[in-house]
Amino acid sequence: MSEIPHLLVHEKADNVGVVVVEGLTAGTDMLCCITHDNSTFRLTAKHDVPIGHKVALVDLKSGDTAMKYGEDIGKIIADIGQGEHLHTHNCKTKRW
Amino acid sequence: MASKYSNITFKGFRRENGRVGVRNHVLILPVDDISNAACEAVANNVKGTLAIPHAYGRLQFGEDLELHFRTMIGTGSNPNVHSVVVIGIEPGWTKRIADGIRETGKEVAEFSIEQKGDFETIRAASWAAKDFVHKATEVQREECSISELWVSTKCGESDTTTGLGSCPTVGNMYDKLLPEGITGFFGETSEITGAEHICQKRAINEEVGERWYAMWKAYQDDVIFAHQTDDLSDSQPTKGNIEGGLTTIEEKALGNLEKIGRTSQYIDILEPAEQPSSGDGLYFMDSSSAAAECVTLMAAGGAVVHTFPTGQGNVVGNPIVPVIKITANPRTVRTMGEHVDVDVSGILRREMTIDEAGDALIDMIRRTANGRNTAAEALGHREFSMTKLYRSA
Repeated sequence: MSEIPHLLVHEKADNVGVVVVEGLTAGTDMLCCITHDNSTFRLTAKHDVPIGHKVALVDLKSGDTAMKYGEDIGKIIADIGQGEHLHTHNCKTKRW
Repeated sequence: MASKYSNITFKGFRRENGRVGVRNHVLILPVDDISNAACEAVANNVKGTLAIPHAYGRLQFGEDLELHFRTMIGTGSNPNVHSVVVIGIEPGWTKRIADGIRETGKEVAEFSIEQKGDFETIRAASWAAKDFVHKATEVQREECSISELWVSTKCGESDTTTGLGSCPTVGNMYDKLLPEGITGFFGETSEITGAEHICQKRAINEEVGERWYAMWKAYQDDVIFAHQTDDLSDSQPTKGNIEGGLTTIEEKALGNLEKIGRTSQYIDILEPAEQPSSGDGLYFMDSSSAAAECVTLMAAGGAVVHTFPTGQGNVVGNPIVPVIKITANPRTVRTMGEHVDVDVSGILRREMTIDEAGDALIDMIRRTANGRNTAAEALGHREFSMTKLYRSA
């Protein structure tokens, strides 16, 4: 891969990805890579997102399940648009 | 079957009981909190010794007291320790710990303070410590097989990069070295919450998996739910985890479990600080997820090298076990580079594969076992934290 990816996704079934570059700004046309099979796609970031934080890959509604590693990582508690920042303000554990 | 990892050797210290260490400490071990001062005085008198002061050892009882003894005896018995001076306030528990360590065959000298005072105790203990230093410094390293290494893991200040990079690096190492006959440890009981269904299936068989689940459930019910006062969202994940982008305990747990790779299975479950007795293989130790406590318990269980993936940059070390830090977070490499032993940030740039990262870690384990000081050792990180189960009498 000649270009360095902005976003990594663990599995094809995931609906979130992780920003892996510092200083990502809203409007960036992100190169996204699914680590499982090295396939790539592009997605526009809608927010400034810090390194390590997540971005929604599709529109998500309150009550939906966030998927990462191909697994359930919690529930969506506020609607999130594709390319927007997904974190504790709009996603919560189902455990406590 | 022989692999390219089968022939890896390192120069270690072979102990009386056959175990192999990678360091050669003369330990000054306090039985209890009030013997710390005497131990530190001895370590100050005799260069080349190491005192490990701690906060406990008085009026403990029941399972909590058993854990105290197991941690003390296990620490002294660790093959990274050449010999031990044990100092306690009274002779009873001092003897119990000294005799426990003596079962390894290593030299132990014991002293108690009552009816002598600190001055006389320090004088006598210093003579013993000096004798041990002379002996320890004449011991030579000898060639040992990689299969003789006991390697533990626990991650800290995790973020999303640990699940993408540094934890799978450790997992890759275990997938390659466990088949070569090393003994491995993982744990962090509360941090598996959210991935317990996956962890249970990684047992060697159903019976072990069911015992693992019962242990995990007991921790949830007796520790977490029994003591919670509100939502745990600020404790698990921690503030540092959240800063690093981790949102939920499920997400954190799934990243954590990457440390046991794709194919590794655990063969048995250990109590905190318990030494494995089911042969070579991977063990789950029931343990706190707090870094220093977990590393201390695994060192007491007999691990001689610890692999520590970090995202946001945990700085923990241990007095007797070298702690190898691995990070995939380029910001942590840039801002906290003095704490990093293995930089696998290339994984995030897709310039390095997990397979290459695993090989880089194996090489660092070999070099560390040969004597290379880790970042934590060079920076003087010697966190020794005992796990306490409940209030003392």
